[in-house]
Amino acid sequence: MKYVDEFRDGKVARSLAQTIAAEVRPERRYHLMEFCGGHTHAISRYGLRDLLPPEIRFIHGPGCPVCVLPIGRIDSAIELARDHGVILCSYGDTLRVPASERMSLLRAKAEGADIRMVYSSADALKIARDNPEREVVFFAIGFETTTPPTAVALRQARTEGLKNFSVFANHVLTPSAIQNILESPEVRELGTIPLDGFIGPSHVSTIIGSRPYEFFAEEFQKPVVIAGFEPLDVLQSVLMLVRQLNEGRAEVENQFSRAVTREGNLKAQALVAEVFELRDRFEWRGLGEVPYSALRIREAYRDLDAEVRFDLPYRSVPDHKACECGTILRGLKQPQDCKVFGTVCTPDNPLGSCMVSAEGACAAYYTYGQFKGSAEVAEAS
Amino acid sequence: MCLAIPVKVIELLEAEQALVDVGGVRKEVDVSLVDGVQAGDYVILHVGFAINRLDETEAQKTLAMLREMGVQPEAAA
Repeated sequence: MKYVDEFRDGKVARSLAQTIAAEVRPERRYHLMEFCGGHTHAISRYGLRDLLPPEIRFIHGPGCPVCVLPIGRIDSAIELARDHGVILCSYGDTLRVPASERMSLLRAKAEGADIRMVYSSADALKIARDNPEREVVFFAIGFETTTPPTAVALRQARTEGLKNFSVFANHVLTPSAIQNILESPEVRELGTIPLDGFIGPSHVSTIIGSRPYEFFAEEFQKPVVIAGFEPLDVLQSVLMLVRQLNEGRAEVENQFSRAVTREGNLKAQALVAEVFELRDRFEWRGLGEVPYSALRIREAYRDLDAEVRFDLPYRSVPDHKACECGTILRGLKQPQDCKVFGTVCTPDNPLGSCMVSAEGACAAYYTYGQFKGSAEVAEAS
Repeated sequence: MCLAIPVKVIELLEAEQALVDVGGVRKEVDVSLVDGVQAGDYVILHVGFAINRLDETEAQKTLAMLREMGVQPEAAA
């Protein structure tokens, strides 16, 4: 596929890795957080860790929407389908996320709830048009990349006067999560997570632009390189970060210039602002309640808000005791540090959300056999 | 979840829809989030929506830079 295959060239990857190995300073380590699950996936899938010198350490960030969605939100979605009898339309990623009482959307569907997997918010609208006698709710999750398509659906529903359609909005914001990590006691004071720089999101940044990261580079003195999702993109960004750190710079650089500008997609931003507003707070798995970190539907569209229409209360539910998803999402632990990783918890039978989504760190490690590379092995090498 | 792919726009359709080529497969997608999409453009496709245009000149620049960055001094000599 054009503009994909060229960025997967193994020969160029090996020579880039050699350049990185030649430029890293052996006396220091480079702790780079890839915020996005898409990058976590690419690093595992293409074996980039094995190509790179041991001085480069990846810390996996919380940028996996399925992983950070807390149990309480899945419970609410199940409640909508089961107790309110709606047709619940959901992206495929969320269907297998474990909810309370060993439930999941998939299991609720097997028990008779009308839950349908959709590829797009437009498909959910079509289901609403085709079933005028039924209530249809779109279970909207995702970061800034996925928010504009939900906004388009809401505006379309308003234009068409679709009365039986509503949205259960769970859209979250990248900059708030990055700030939460940078301000966490583990990073700020205790130094539990050494964090030298960020590999910045690809597609989130096509929407929000590179500008929002400038604050982190300036205020926290951490370099950020916005990177594409292909393996060569990641390697080039690692090299750019190594160079910034070697030269003592903390700037925002854009490796993914073929799709990201400083301003981002202004048309999409304007539409999102028309339909959504900030929530005061939102619970994230792993990060807890983060102020102003998610969106809710604005007053003008409130009649299309499923939380209002069905009077959905939010109940916070703790994760399974053995599951380390939360600490993994904060960068404190690696998947193989979790006792149930690969034993009780597998992609076929996930106990925690990080094993569900392909972008989750646990699923990526499990699928691509990155069992080595635990802290002890890395220290010893 | 945020995964998206570059696709080529084949034909603009009514109501801000477009026919695109997804690695050889034709698909109808929504282009209302990107201004001035033309046939022949590459766009980034995410959950059925074009979320931005792909800048082909920038893509070529990045590829050229990648080759340059991968060249070792000793290998070049």
